[in-house]
Amino acid sequence: MKRSLYFYRLVFGVGLLLLWQVASGWLVSPVYISSPVAVAGRLSELIASGELFRHARITAFEAIAGFLLGSGVAIVVGLVLGRARRLAEVLDPFIMGFYSLPKIALAPLFVMWFGIDMSMKIIFTAAVVFLVVFLNTYSGVRSVSPEQQTVFRLMGATERQVVRMVIIPAALTWVFVGLRLSAPYALVGAIVGEIIAGNRGLGYLVARTTAQFDTAGAFAAIVAIVTLGVLLNMGIKALERSLMPWRQMEDAREVAI
Amino acid sequence: MHMDSDISPPLPALVSFAGIQKTFAAPEGDGTLVAVEGVDLTLEEGHILTILGPSGCGKSTLLNMLAGIYKPTRGTVTYRGAQVSGLNLRTGYMTQNDHLLPWRRILANVRAPYEIAGMPRRSATAKAMELIDLVGLTGFENAYPTQVSGGMRKRASLARLLAYNPETLLLDEPFVALDAQLRLAMQAELRSLARRLGKTVLFVTHDVDEAAALGDKCAVFTARPGRIRQVVDIDLPADRDLMTLRQNPDYGRIAAKLWDLVTRESREGRISHET
Repeated sequence: MKRSLYFYRLVFGVGLLLLWQVASGWLVSPVYISSPVAVAGRLSELIASGELFRHARITAFEAIAGFLLGSGVAIVVGLVLGRARRLAEVLDPFIMGFYSLPKIALAPLFVMWFGIDMSMKIIFTAAVVFLVVFLNTYSGVRSVSPEQQTVFRLMGATERQVVRMVIIPAALTWVFVGLRLSAPYALVGAIVGEIIAGNRGLGYLVARTTAQFDTAGAFAAIVAIVTLGVLLNMGIKALERSLMPWRQMEDAREVAI
Repeated sequence: MHMDSDISPPLPALVSFAGIQKTFAAPEGDGTLVAVEGVDLTLEEGHILTILGPSGCGKSTLLNMLAGIYKPTRGTVTYRGAQVSGLNLRTGYMTQNDHLLPWRRILANVRAPYEIAGMPRRSATAKAMELIDLVGLTGFENAYPTQVSGGMRKRASLARLLAYNPETLLLDEPFVALDAQLRLAMQAELRSLARRLGKTVLFVTHDVDEAAALGDKCAVFTARPGRIRQVVDIDLPADRDLMTLRQNPDYGRIAAKLWDLVTRESREGRISHET
């Protein structure tokens, strides 16, 4: 079952690459889409010269730092606002307004405020990540069963004990949903920042190679971005597993049914 | 401390509801909804009161007011001679939902009340293990709640309730999701534990047999707005054996009486609907 799944995935992936290779030069000019073979060649060049890792390191740093900053602030604000019902009601339309704004539109302003170095990309990434994690943490805190809290208050638990024993762990599931959802956005933040203003990072590499009609180079950079995204996701999943072991049990149970 | 109810002189009431009315804002519009009305009820320490009535008749409202979760609109709830205001920490709650924390293993769930009380971890664990043994969960202390059956979760929930050792147990249809045999076992266990530990119990149910088997007395409620139709004394032995109770003719008589009270209500209900 599992093995045949991997097999079909492999078939699909190889088929896609073959189609790309065949189409390149025959249906579409390689100037536009390059070809898998050319991309692989360019990728190994970029790896060999160390250029790819230099850029990838910078992008990874920006994405992770922005992600940590944004989600850290978001979790705290989400916990606080989740408890302060009245304040949350007052702020609700503003939060939703900010939520519906495509954060990319803010990028030029961030350049004006914070310049074009790494701190701008980190802050921009943090802003992008913040809302997703905040909204999830907030709804997580709000969804903690009031009955559950009452049961603990009747045991004599103080507010702090209720928060520590019930609310924070209950919200954790939601926090991780937010973290997983926002991980790709962290990369978006960093890459957009680099494309708009910068001379380092994978976003810059995509922009530069494209401008030079080095399509294979652009695709090579994109491969690196995808890899980074997958690694980021795996890191969050591993963290989730170690912080919430009971979730795994639930998953195992679901499979057993 | 505990005396046999059959021979003791009448005890002063531990719990008393006097002239209780509770209204809520109606879910739609700005009318009000009367949950319970004109409720007068007392319960002596160490006794088990079952509260029987159709779903949605406001039975749970009484428990909530005794726990101090909210106040009655009219009337007073008195606990040990003092009016209930604010959370009544001498009561403990157990509902249909076990309210275990899914991220804690069974042991850590049962231990939670000791942690709240600030007991050192080692002795808290030891005491929790005793309770786990008492409710027959030994061997499952390291499982997460999602890994055990519904009946085991109930037992864990009961152990936790006993860990914080409230004088009075408020049980709101706690066994409703269990199959018949497990339910009987849990009922028997609950009754013997409550008797042994001298607990006062208010047990809400819509199951006539459960109300008759568990209670020392039973308050039969009407449909909404909930009023007490009758308080029935259940004159079965205090140390009754729930497993063989169905063969006891007294039990049959009492259950029949409760059935009569409950169905009379629905018969009248139907008549009033038709007219």
